[in-house]
Amino acid sequence: MVSAAGPVTVGFIYVGPRQDFGWNQSHWDAAQKIAAIDGIKVVEQENVPETAEVEKVIQSMIELDGAKVIFGTSFGYWGSIKKMAEAYPDVLFTHIGAIWKDGDPKNVIGYRGYTEEAHYLCGIAAGRMSKTGKIGFIGSKPLYFIYNNCNGYVLGARSVNPDLTCNVVITGEWNDPVREAEATNSLIDQGCDVIIANVDSPKVSVETCEKRGVYSCGYHSNLGSLAPNGFLTGAEWNWASGAEFVEAFVNGKPYPNLKRGGFKEDMVGLSPFGAAVPQEVRDEVMAAKQALIDDTLQIYSGPLNDNQGNVILKEGEVISNSDTPFKLGVKFFVEGAVG
Amino acid sequence: MGSAFHKSAEAVAINAAAFAITLGLFGVYVAALGHNPFDVYYILYLGSFAKQISIESTLTNAAPLMLTALCTAIPARAGLLVIGGEGALVVGGVATVLVGVLLGGWPFWAGVLVMGLAGAVAGGLWIAAAGAMRQFRGVNETISTLLLNYIAIAIMYHLISGPIRDYDRVLKTSSWSIPEELRVGVMSIVDVHWGLGAGIVACLVLYVLMRRTTFGFGVDVLGGNQRAAQMAGLPINRMVLICCFFGGAAAGLAGAFEVMAVHGFASESLVVGFGYAGILVAFLARQNPAAIIFVAILLGGISASGGLLQRRFDLPDATTQVLQGLLFVVVLASNAAYGRFKIFQPKEVQPS
Repeated sequence: MVSAAGPVTVGFIYVGPRQDFGWNQSHWDAAQKIAAIDGIKVVEQENVPETAEVEKVIQSMIELDGAKVIFGTSFGYWGSIKKMAEAYPDVLFTHIGAIWKDGDPKNVIGYRGYTEEAHYLCGIAAGRMSKTGKIGFIGSKPLYFIYNNCNGYVLGARSVNPDLTCNVVITGEWNDPVREAEATNSLIDQGCDVIIANVDSPKVSVETCEKRGVYSCGYHSNLGSLAPNGFLTGAEWNWASGAEFVEAFVNGKPYPNLKRGGFKEDMVGLSPFGAAVPQEVRDEVMAAKQALIDDTLQIYSGPLNDNQGNVILKEGEVISNSDTPFKLGVKFFVEGAVG
Repeated sequence: MGSAFHKSAEAVAINAAAFAITLGLFGVYVAALGHNPFDVYYILYLGSFAKQISIESTLTNAAPLMLTALCTAIPARAGLLVIGGEGALVVGGVATVLVGVLLGGWPFWAGVLVMGLAGAVAGGLWIAAAGAMRQFRGVNETISTLLLNYIAIAIMYHLISGPIRDYDRVLKTSSWSIPEELRVGVMSIVDVHWGLGAGIVACLVLYVLMRRTTFGFGVDVLGGNQRAAQMAGLPINRMVLICCFFGGAAAGLAGAFEVMAVHGFASESLVVGFGYAGILVAFLARQNPAAIIFVAILLGGISASGGLLQRRFDLPDATTQVLQGLLFVVVLASNAAYGRFKIFQPKEVQPS
């Protein structure tokens, strides 16, 4: 696919361990997919802190390994990536924040998937599988995409069970396994029987659910192996879509500096269903996925209230799934979310 | 040729032997993982010292370690085991931000000087507090500095997630930024930030202070035998507090440079273990400030080449920690070798 003299070296830099059952693993999945492309060689380095070290790692990859493309997979690498992009104008850099703006180096790409679409699908599965009519959402920080993910999850669930409610807990940290376990247990004690955790690594939460005998959904990467009994499905990134940038860059074709997308653009994914999910639920979820791909299903569509009773969208008002400015401004939980 | 020459020759020879033994053991380890040890040694060299970029990478890693190592080494000379470098670094970094945000429009040198001083004084007072608790309240300084690390980190998290939070940085909780014009750049000769220069200067100045002045001699007496120091009428409390202050100030300065040269703000990226790695450096350097420079560079090199080891051999990141750990254990064990080799002992003076 990639046609250039000799293999193109692509460097992946991770902030944590590659096999973390979470954020870093979603990028590792992408690295493996990209490495499988003909003519691409991948070099990887994990546990690179967001300090001066990342710049040295980038330089080392470029000068010692001959890397032509660098995937910086942690948000905090942004400053270093911009700096290195100016120093190495013939190397392509990608960053996962999608915060590139005019004036930033042209050899930098920001890209990010709309994971709320995948959460919507998880919500459908959760809504069908919940016996108590109560599901749970654990969030890390009160940020726009966490709100969106939670809203997608709740809206998906209520699309199949309008009376369902979702208890929401925000831990405040990306990575705080103790709080995550406590939150999971307390949600289960409150009667929630499907739980999804939006934290760096949902491993603890998924395992706790399995131990307590309730269903769970994954986030970031495929966590099915952690919960053979209770795993339903999961909202995944598809960072491997960055392969198209590599290809365009190597062949001298134009590429965007900023890209966001959902299922339609193949930038998010859904984990394989767990054994607990019956066929009719699978079919229903896959139909919704197809509707997202065809753009016939919009996640935010009126009438829609937030959980304080304020009207967000009136009857007939619809927000396009690709309306990034709207999504960046989301600071509310939709009706049905509790807490 | 006095005993000083014999002593340093002994130290160099024993440490070189320890390093060789470590490399040998590490070779066995990587061979067990199915790699050719000599390929691995070459990559260690390539990633740490073979090229300009490798050396810069090594020195960038070494810079904060020199300063945090002093936080353990200086109080150690007075007989204290301080492991609070991490906390002092964090406190120094936060103080730098607090002062730095007020300095918009200041001339560069004055601004940097004031910020550096703020970081150093904050870190110094932080560790001096542990020294004071020990001298006046009998609180074990190892325990107190360890706990102070957690307190410092908690204080920083509290401040950056509320009072001094920059709400424009959405994804990563961080503090306000210091003025862009007061950010410290890289040194002119090598592409490494000025924290390295500060680290080397601090090590040398403290070396002179600890080894070439009456104060330093007094501290050595105190570190050797507190009773003897008391008998000699040395101002023990003051000396302990000063040593703790200098040590903490060095780590605080490391925090100041992390803010001024690397991040521009305080965030969880200040808590990446420089303080704990500094303890290792201080012990390997046998608490000698000048030796810290070399040991920090050596350890900086090991971690710099760690990335290349990962990439070329697909070894896990923990591999370099295995190497560092082996080095630590072997060097500590090699302490037993001091005084065992005749060749390093000064000729005995024949009684006439």
